[in-house]
Amino acid sequence: MHSTAEYDLECDQVSKHFGSVRAVDDVSFVIPKGSFFSILGPSGCGKTTLMRMIAGFEQPSSGDIRIKGRSVISTPPNRRNVKMVFQHLALFPMMNVYENIAYGLRCSGASKDVIRAKVHDVLERISLPDVANREITQLSGGQKQRIAIARCMVLDPDVLLLDEPLGALDLKLREAMKIELKLLQHQFDTTFVYITHDQSEALVMSDHVAIMNGGKFVQIGTPQELYHKPAAAFVAGFVGHTNRWAGRVSRVESGEVEVATDGGLSLRGIVRGTVSPQVGDIVNAYVRPEFITAQRSAGHNPQADAGQNTIEGRVDSILFNGANSRVLVKNRAGELIEADVVLTGDEQDLKPKDEVILSWPVAQTLSFKD
Amino acid sequence: MVKRLAIIGLLSTTVMITAPAQAETLRILTWGSYAPEELVKKFEAIYPDITVEVTFSNNEEMVAKLRATDGAGFDLAQPSHDRIFAVQQEYNIYKPLDLSKINTGAMQAKLLEGVKANTTIDGEVYAVPHQWGTSGIMTNMELAPNIAAWGDLCDPEYKGKTSMRLRRTILLGMAFDMGEDPFAAYDDLAEYQIILDKVADKLIACKDNLKAYWSGGDDLSAMMLSGEIVASETWDSTAYKLYGENENIVFVPPKTGALAWIDTFALPRGGNADDAAYKWINFVLEPENVTIMSASTGAIAAVEGGIDLLPVDKKDAVNAAFSVDDINNLKFFANIPPGIEDMEGKTLEKIKAATGGQ
Amino acid sequence: MQKDIKRLSFLLLFAPFALWITLLIILPHLGMLHISLREKVAPRVYEFGFGNYLNFFNEPIYWNTLLRTGSMSLLVTLLALILGFPIAYYIAKIAGRRARGALFLMCLIPLWVSDLIRAFGWILLMRETGVISNTLQWAGVINAPIEFLYNDATVIMGLVYTTILFMIVPLVSTLDGMDDAMIEAGYNLGGNGPTVLRRIIIPYAMPGIVSGCIVVFMLTAGSYLTPILLGGKNSSWFTEQIYDQFITRYNWEAGAAFGFVLLAFTSLVIWGGLKLTGQTLNTTVARS
Repeated sequence: MHSTAEYDLECDQVSKHFGSVRAVDDVSFVIPKGSFFSILGPSGCGKTTLMRMIAGFEQPSSGDIRIKGRSVISTPPNRRNVKMVFQHLALFPMMNVYENIAYGLRCSGASKDVIRAKVHDVLERISLPDVANREITQLSGGQKQRIAIARCMVLDPDVLLLDEPLGALDLKLREAMKIELKLLQHQFDTTFVYITHDQSEALVMSDHVAIMNGGKFVQIGTPQELYHKPAAAFVAGFVGHTNRWAGRVSRVESGEVEVATDGGLSLRGIVRGTVSPQVGDIVNAYVRPEFITAQRSAGHNPQADAGQNTIEGRVDSILFNGANSRVLVKNRAGELIEADVVLTGDEQDLKPKDEVILSWPVAQTLSFKD
Repeated sequence: MVKRLAIIGLLSTTVMITAPAQAETLRILTWGSYAPEELVKKFEAIYPDITVEVTFSNNEEMVAKLRATDGAGFDLAQPSHDRIFAVQQEYNIYKPLDLSKINTGAMQAKLLEGVKANTTIDGEVYAVPHQWGTSGIMTNMELAPNIAAWGDLCDPEYKGKTSMRLRRTILLGMAFDMGEDPFAAYDDLAEYQIILDKVADKLIACKDNLKAYWSGGDDLSAMMLSGEIVASETWDSTAYKLYGENENIVFVPPKTGALAWIDTFALPRGGNADDAAYKWINFVLEPENVTIMSASTGAIAAVEGGIDLLPVDKKDAVNAAFSVDDINNLKFFANIPPGIEDMEGKTLEKIKAATGGQ
Repeated sequence: MQKDIKRLSFLLLFAPFALWITLLIILPHLGMLHISLREKVAPRVYEFGFGNYLNFFNEPIYWNTLLRTGSMSLLVTLLALILGFPIAYYIAKIAGRRARGALFLMCLIPLWVSDLIRAFGWILLMRETGVISNTLQWAGVINAPIEFLYNDATVIMGLVYTTILFMIVPLVSTLDGMDDAMIEAGYNLGGNGPTVLRRIIIPYAMPGIVSGCIVVFMLTAGSYLTPILLGGKNSSWFTEQIYDQFITRYNWEAGAAFGFVLLAFTSLVIWGGLKLTGQTLNTTVARS
C-alpha cells in the first residue's frame, strides 16, 4: 500500500486476537504528517488495544504498522519513536518535574547541558517555565497534563499517542484543555493520535476522526463529514445527537424512500449507507434535532411541503440550555422527538403542553438499511 | 521497685496461668521425663484433691525462673545438688526443708549425707537427693572401640567424628584428663583460672576434631544413631537409651572417673503447697514408683539398692558400663562457689569464638 | 456533654494501647536499664555504675560477636532483598488476580509452623545423612556424604528462608500500588529493562524496600534459634551471648547491658540505612 514517508503512521490490515475475541479486526489507515487524528468509539471497541499495538506494548496477530514508512513490528517499545500520554498520565511521583522530563533524554544518553537546555525549552513552550523544581503532587490537574505532554514532546516523537488523557479532569478544565491540546499540536507540528469515547473531544480537536466499533473502523473522515454524511447507521447514531425511527420501506424512488414507522408515521428520507433498501426492508431513519423546526399549530392544519416531513405533537418538556435549548415533543404514537428551539425569554416561547407542528427537510432524513 | 514492676509486667501472663486453682495444685519445676504421666496419674488418684502441673526445664533455667520471681510460681524444684548452696546465698530462692516430713530412711545414706553436707546453710538443709547419674563418654564400639578417656575425643583418628556439649561438664572432664583436680581448685580462683586456661587451649586445639557441639539429647542421638559421629561426651541416660536401639553404642566411664551429678528435691521460697510437695517426694521414693521413674529418666534413684530397682534393660546397661572400681572412682560435682560460673562462662565463650580449629 | 463523651471514647480507645506500651514495653525496659546499670560487688550487694557496659567494650569476644552478628544480618537482609524482590514483583505485577492470592498464601505457609520446627526441617534436609546429601549420592554427583550443616552459609540460608516473607509482604504492597502504566511509560520514553528497574521501579518501591529491610534486619539480629541450631562450632550469635549471660551465668546485669547494646546497635544501623536511602520511618514502616 502506502510506504512513502509522507505518512507518519500507517496501519496495514492490523488484527489482534485474544483467544477467540477479535479485539482489533483488520484495521487499515494512514495518518498524514502533522495532523490531529482521533479514534472515537465506545468503550471496549478495541481502540486501546490498537493504540497499545502502535506503542509496542502488544504484538499484532497479523498486519503491519509503519512509522515514517518503516515497519516497527519487530522494534521493542523503547526503540520506537512513538511516545504516549497515558490515561492517568503516569508521571513518576518520585521525581520532580525536571527529572520527569529529563528521564527520556537521559535514556537516550544526552549530555547534561543538552538536557538542561531542552527541558527548559519545552517548559517554555508549554508556558510553565517556573515549575521545573516542583514535585508532581504540587501541580494542578491541567499542569500535570501539560507536563505529561512535554515529557513526550521533548523527545521529538514522530507520533504522539494520547489515551483519553482528559478523562480525569473536571468539565471546565476539560473544555479548556481541548483547545489547548489543539494549540499544542499546532505548535509542535507533530502527529497526534488521540483516543477517546467522548465525541465532542474528537470533533473539536481533530483533523480526521476514525469511528471504531467492534474492532473495526466504521468510517474515517473529517468531523464535518462524519456528522453530516455518516456512512453507516452506527456513525449516524454515535456521532452527535439524533432522533431515530425504525420502520419498513413502503416506496423507493430515485434515492428517496418512504418509510412507514413502527409508530404509524410516514416519513420520506434519502438513502445512505452501502446497501440500497427495497420495498419491505427494515430501515432506520435518523434526523438531527437542529434540522427540526417546531411551530405552534395555532388551530390550522399543517400543509405538507414537497421537500418536508411534518408531524403533529404536543410539547412534553423544555430542555433549557441557553443557545442549545431543545424541546421534547410527544407525537400521537407517544414517541419523544427532540428539536432545537430558540428561547428568547418572551411570551412567544414554546411552553409545555403547547400543540406544535414539527417539520424538517427530506434531505436531512438519513435512512440506513442495517 | 522499678524492677519489681517490670517483673510483674513480664511475668503477669505466666503467673496468671500458674495461679493456684480451687483444689490444691502442686507445681513442679523439673527436668524433662522426671514426671512421667503414669506417676502423675497414680499420684492424683491417691490424692484426689491435688492437681499436678509440671514444667520441664534444666538447671540454669530453673534457677533463672525462680530468680525472676524471687522463688514464687512453683512448689517443688529439682536442680542438681551443686546448684543449691551458692544460688541460695546469692538469690535466696529456696526455703529450708522439714526433714521430719520426708522419708529420709528410704534414701541411700551416703548420697543423702553428701547432699545434706553440700546444701546446709546456717544449720538448715535445703535439698535431699532424688536421682543420680553420670556424665562420661559414649562410643560406638564397632567404629571406635579404643575410646576410654575424655582426651580421646580429640584423637585425630576420629577427626570430624566426635562431639561434645560446650558446657562446664567438658571443662571439668578435660581438666581431670589433664591430671588436674578442678574441684580442689575451687577454693583458689587464681589457680582455677590457670587450669581453665590450659583446658581452653586444649579444647580450642580439639575443635577441628569435632563435627559439631551438640545442644540437646535429640540432636546428639540423631548424630550418634546415624553414624555421623562415633563418640561423644554425654549423659549416661542418653547412652542407655541408645543402647536399646543399637547395642554397639555403650557408655564408657572415662578412666579419670565419670562425673556424677545428683538431682535433688528443693522447695522454692514462694511455694505455697509444701505438704503436697512432701507427699510427692515420699511418693516417688516408693520402690515400685522408683522403677517407673527410672524407666522414664534412665537415671538411678538415690534409694538403697537404686541400681537393682532399675528396669531390666537399664540395669544391664549400667552393669555393662560400670565396674565396682568405676563406681568408686565417681567424681561428684562439687558446689559451685560464687565467681566460678563467670570464669567458666568466659572460658566457654573463648572456645566458641576461637577460629583456630578451622 | 458531647465533648465529654468524645473525650471518654478517646480514652477508652487509647487505653489498651497505652497499657500495652507501658506495661509490656516501657516498664520492662526501665527495669532492664536499672539492672544493667548496677554492678555486683558481693552476693546480694550491688553498686551503681557502667561496669557492665565497659565490660562489653573491653572484651573483644563480645564486640566481635556483635559485629559478626551485625554483618551477617546485613548480608541476610541483602540476600532476602535480592531473592524477595523478583518474587514480590511477580506476585504484584505478573501473576493474575487469582494466582496472586494463592502465591501469597504459599509465602505464608512457612509461618504456620514454629521457628523450631522449620529449623529442624532444615536439619533433616541438610545433615550428612540427610535428604540432600543422600539424593546427591544417589544421583552420583558426589561419592561420599557431605555435611551441609554447621557452617555460616547454612545459618545465612536458614535465616533468609525464615525472614524473606517479611521482605516480600511490604514489597508486594508497595509494588501493588504502582500503576502498570508507570512501567510502560518508562519503556515508552526510551528506557530499557535495567533503566526502568533502576530509575522507576526501585525508586518507587523504595519505601517498601527500606521497610522490608528494617524488619528483616531486626528479626535476624534478634533471632536465636536458627543460628544456634544450624550454626557451626565457631558461629556465635549475639543473642546467644545474652542468653548465656542471663541463664547459664546468672549474670543478669551483663545480660541486660548486652541487650541495650544490641538495641543501640540495631537502631544505629537502621538510622544509617534511613539516612543513606533518604527515607524516614514515616514514609516506610508506617506506610506499608
